[in-house]
Amino acid sequence: MNQHKHAHDDSADIAHHHSIHAELPSDPALRVKALESLLTEKGLVDPATIDAWVETYESKIGPRNGAKVVAKAWVDSDFKRRLLTDATKAIGELDMLGAQGQHMVVLENTPDIHNLVVCTLCSCYPLPVLGLPPVWYKSAPYRSRAVIDPRGVLKEFGLELPEHVKIRVWDSTAEVRYLVLPERPAGTEGMNEEQLAALVTRDSMIGVGKVSAR
Amino acid sequence: MNGVHDMGGMHGHGPIEHEKDEPVFHAPWEARMLGMRRGGTFPSGFNIDRWRHVRELIPPHLYLSRSYYDHWYMAYVATLLQSGMATREEIKSGHAASGTAKRNDAMPPDQTWKAQKTGGIFARQVETPPRFAIGQCVRARNINPSGHTRVPRYVRGKVGVVQLHHGGHILPDTNAHLQGEAPQHLYTVVFSMRELWGPEASARDEACADLWESYLEPA
Repeated sequence: MNQHKHAHDDSADIAHHHSIHAELPSDPALRVKALESLLTEKGLVDPATIDAWVETYESKIGPRNGAKVVAKAWVDSDFKRRLLTDATKAIGELDMLGAQGQHMVVLENTPDIHNLVVCTLCSCYPLPVLGLPPVWYKSAPYRSRAVIDPRGVLKEFGLELPEHVKIRVWDSTAEVRYLVLPERPAGTEGMNEEQLAALVTRDSMIGVGKVSAR
Repeated sequence: MNGVHDMGGMHGHGPIEHEKDEPVFHAPWEARMLGMRRGGTFPSGFNIDRWRHVRELIPPHLYLSRSYYDHWYMAYVATLLQSGMATREEIKSGHAASGTAKRNDAMPPDQTWKAQKTGGIFARQVETPPRFAIGQCVRARNINPSGHTRVPRYVRGKVGVVQLHHGGHILPDTNAHLQGEAPQHLYTVVFSMRELWGPEASARDEACADLWESYLEPA
């Protein structure tokens, strides 16, 4: 297993460079401002490009995308079938693939199975369909406990599942990104796709909530 | 590496703080940091696996006490220092050393959407047939590399069932160390909670992890 024996060589070197943090101001706003000035002076970043990325994640990409996928699956059984068999292809039909969401799997919640998504090792999250992850998703309490005590975690989100429901936790340890297809709530029979999409919450697509008819 | 980032199964980190109507960013500097990560220049050959490794090398006390985008700041700074793209003095002062030539190859603003839409494809052709089949019992090997890996500690030595096969994907263990993509078959393996956490765990619930072929052995 050569590939597992390699180089810690550069790990020690990288770790050494982290020692600079003891010599820098504690306020991240000051440090980040200084870094942007430095990179701009060196031609390593264009501030207008930073603006463009911020705009991308503030207004172009977010959980409204995922909500459209879910609502379409609720009203279009052919699409739902394609979504569950090849999510990458089906989400591609809606032009909603992209970085941190090029290899997609959709997990269907049913009365018997409840799916929950986590990244225990870092913060992997399906960006093109859900936008940037919330702070709690990236935080130690959620990352540590989702895989050992999912029922306890769900309770903290106000969701208590009956004992007969199987919880399946998906730890995003590779570049596959998971989107939960929540159950369509009762009382929404007369709604169209757009009205349904408005009901779908980000939390329900991570698996820490259900969708309610409001 | 057996670092503090490998959090699955730990206790003691407190309650989950679920913020209602959470904003995308909590301060302007977080947005600037995200923009620098996505739009800034990185050393040649740099990749997301290396980015994750630089983050997991943040000293544990800082990893646990500093916020998410501060991790990004620390990781970018360490990357710039290690590659020689910036010096400690430059990071501290926020200004380029006198006489430094300005580069002109930074990402332009009109390339961001294209980068978002086309970036991050990790699937690769693998010529060898998959070693494991869906439904097969496999054991996550008990490996403890000091470099980067994506097999979490809580599954090592545990037996699960292959649930999905994703084809070939870039192997983070080599890619993070700039030693090539070395793609392997990637599988989702499902473990029972009892296998992972013992007889007091739920008999019904399960946890899955995405594991590369060399992380697994037949069981």
